[in-house]
Amino acid sequence: MKKTAVRIYMGLIYIFLYAPIILLIVFSFNKSKSRGQWGGFTFDWYLEVFKDRQIKEALFYTILVAVLATVISTIVGTIAAIGIHNFKRFPKAFSLNVNNLPVLNPDIVTGVSLMTLFISTSIPLGFGTMLIAHIVFCIPYVILAVLPKLKQLNRHLAEAAMDLGATPWVALRKVILPEITPGIISGALLAFTLSIDDFVISFFTAGTEATNLSILIYSMAKRGVKPSINALSTMLFIVVVTLLLIVNKKSEKGEELYL
Amino acid sequence: MKKRLLVLLVLLAAIVVAMPISGCSSNKVVLNVFNWGEYMDETLIDQFEKETGISVNYKLYETNEALLSKMEAGGSSYDVVFPSDYAISEMIKRDMLLPIDFNNVPNFKYVDERCKNREYDPENKYSVPYFWGTVGILYNKEMVDDPVDSWDILWNEKYAGKILMKKDVRDTMGVALKKLGFSVNSTNDSELQLAKQLLLDQKPLVNGYYGDQIKDMISNGDAALGVTYSGDFMDLYWDESVDFSYVGFGVPKEGTNLWFDAMVIPKSCRYKKEAEMFINFMMDPDVAYQNSNAVGYTSPNTEAIKRMREEYPEVFELPAYWPDDDVLSKSEVYVDLGDYKTIYNDIFTQIRVE
Amino acid sequence: MKKKNPSMNSSASDHHHYKKHAPTSTRYLRVLGYPYVIWMVIFIIVPLLLVLIYSFTKGDIHNLFSLEFSADGYLRVLEPMYLKVIMNSFWLALISTFFCLILGYPVAMIIANTNPKYRSILLTFLLVPMWMNFLLRTYAWMSILSPNGILNRFLEWIGLPRLEIMPGQTAVLLGMIYNFLPFMILPIYTVLSKIDKNLLEASSDLGGNKFVTFIKVIFPLSIPGVVSGITMVFMPAVSTFVISGLLGGDKTPLIGDLIEQQFMTNRNWHFGSSLSIILMVMILISMAIMSRIERNNDREEGRTS
Repeated sequence: MKKTAVRIYMGLIYIFLYAPIILLIVFSFNKSKSRGQWGGFTFDWYLEVFKDRQIKEALFYTILVAVLATVISTIVGTIAAIGIHNFKRFPKAFSLNVNNLPVLNPDIVTGVSLMTLFISTSIPLGFGTMLIAHIVFCIPYVILAVLPKLKQLNRHLAEAAMDLGATPWVALRKVILPEITPGIISGALLAFTLSIDDFVISFFTAGTEATNLSILIYSMAKRGVKPSINALSTMLFIVVVTLLLIVNKKSEKGEELYL
Repeated sequence: MKKRLLVLLVLLAAIVVAMPISGCSSNKVVLNVFNWGEYMDETLIDQFEKETGISVNYKLYETNEALLSKMEAGGSSYDVVFPSDYAISEMIKRDMLLPIDFNNVPNFKYVDERCKNREYDPENKYSVPYFWGTVGILYNKEMVDDPVDSWDILWNEKYAGKILMKKDVRDTMGVALKKLGFSVNSTNDSELQLAKQLLLDQKPLVNGYYGDQIKDMISNGDAALGVTYSGDFMDLYWDESVDFSYVGFGVPKEGTNLWFDAMVIPKSCRYKKEAEMFINFMMDPDVAYQNSNAVGYTSPNTEAIKRMREEYPEVFELPAYWPDDDVLSKSEVYVDLGDYKTIYNDIFTQIRVE
Repeated sequence: MKKKNPSMNSSASDHHHYKKHAPTSTRYLRVLGYPYVIWMVIFIIVPLLLVLIYSFTKGDIHNLFSLEFSADGYLRVLEPMYLKVIMNSFWLALISTFFCLILGYPVAMIIANTNPKYRSILLTFLLVPMWMNFLLRTYAWMSILSPNGILNRFLEWIGLPRLEIMPGQTAVLLGMIYNFLPFMILPIYTVLSKIDKNLLEASSDLGGNKFVTFIKVIFPLSIPGVVSGITMVFMPAVSTFVISGLLGGDKTPLIGDLIEQQFMTNRNWHFGSSLSIILMVMILISMAIMSRIERNNDREEGRTS
């Protein structure tokens, strides 16, 4: 009885999460550009995706920035989290509060503030500034994901390792890092998710030289979003899901990845 | 296993970073063209690149205000932009544009006389018209049995909850001002207060203030009436996969806004001559015809219109595509409001917040 | 760097034979944090200072030295119209955070109790929808919730009455819960998954049933995760803007809408900055309250920060 209740609840939650996605996918096959009426089944929009230069460019930048930002912010964020965790009380509180600012601030404030910084120092807006902006808002999330793990970590473990002769760096690598790995992975996933979908911050820091999918879609909002965007999203969805399934199969037990 | 994955990722990242950097060092001319979404047949861009060897960096924006915001912020250079009338008017006032050398744009001769020397660029020094149209009422014929020929119908209680207004300051204020018989460019405080009151009175009947979702909501039956551009109706008209004949477009008899989008060259432009070549290309009769067909809006190019008459004569019966002179005489073009912009903006905010 | 406190060295005598002053405390790891602090100053503090300056001035934004002091921005915010918007935003964010917690906590617990084999799949599939574009997903919700949308057609088909929730606050709420739910689930799960199973056994050994175990053992231990989750949901919820525009018909703008308008449409950078600063201050106050709760919780558990 309890098991079915659990299954039903989880089922409802996932249906809730995926309902719009399924709708998106269905409309990618809609002959009509309209989002209200069904005009017949077609694959045309999928072909259009490959011809559309706007989409190709936006896609390239979106993925590039997301991957780079995730990698860099995960590495920097984890290191920073370990450092901050060991700060004394006041520096720690200060650092954490400042670190949380990009999380707390509306995207638009972060975006505008960064843009003002770049403009007043005459740094041209483009790929570089957009990447920096993404890293700025990703690192705090990595830190927020890693810190609870560090808190749960028994600090004496590392000290015990060193007592037993380990050098500080070995202690770090072999004791601390493995314990907080779930947090690191959560952080990386979070960072990637946020970066790939970011609109506001990218909008203000990308200038004319760079763009991303969200900016592209938003700029279509006034005259009409083409279903080719739906087609693109569907393809991305399939790619992402496939990749994830492969990754899961490869890791021996799902356990290794998360625990 | 995890370590190898990490190393692979870092390598990949390194390769990928190296790519754009190496690409940017070429000395080719790259034009930064900034336009609305879905507002140009992009195969024409490929054609232009092939014919001239000039690369085009084509980017999109969604509102005139966003465009102005980005241009004001600086930090980027644009070579050709496609603002609307009042935005051009403001840009000229604030000295943000370069005058066009019409010797480099001989195709300007094909532009309809009615589209030249308009209120937003009286001496026609800075712009070349691109598309034009009107603002009107899109309606679902199955849900509306009254004639749609006046702004009054948007205040008709019969349609409470099924009326859509635009999330645009000028268009919404413009509707109220026109209904009261005032100018859409009014800077008279008492007139503006009356317009504000009118919009506040209307609010309970309004379903919401939207952007491009209006045409979907009306065709879906979620709403009965909505303020839209003539082009929105044309989008539905040209859609071959669904029969939208149950959707109509009415241009009110009080008159409406006559809008123009035009090509201009901002001061931050780096390649003026090439920009002018691009503008000239857009006004080539064949290009203009193909573009007009793809986008669906009315072109200011007389040759393109001639061809349209041959291929699609029925379209000239539609007020959305070819408004008659009576309507045109009562319609106004937006110009920059100067300091009154803030007042309009405040009123618009107030209406939505109360 | 602080000198190592000799009393912290356990077995001090053996060590001194081959490793003088070998560090046995993790304090040394502190240095890892310093570079990031510098980064934060440059990319977080300085930009915000600039916004602060704009909020107190008027004039050309490009020329910092031409700005004159002006409290206009702040005076405007105090108008009842804007105060209403701020209160509304906070209220809506509170409710959506609450629902995210209620709905998300069970999910985190269920996943934490699942066979480890399936956990990572469940979790990643929780996040996958977030990788689809936010605007598109919101448009999809419009299609679902609108009067003639999918939901109502389905309800009609099975004979239930239609729901006229769009546009409206309920629709906006749904949209917000939809977008933020996974961000609540993930941190709670992370913490729950590490709870020592022995503690749970001990609790039932001592006679506690599942319910008591939850209240007295599991929940208190999960508080760091809950606080994290609330942080990651409430703050963005309070400042969101697209959702209320599309699902709410823009009839009750939230503060995020107002700020976005100031910067993108009205181009009133100064007023926009004032609004932003006010929002930030209120959020910081909420944050301070949250960290006070966390510190109290830490103290109860006998941890020192």
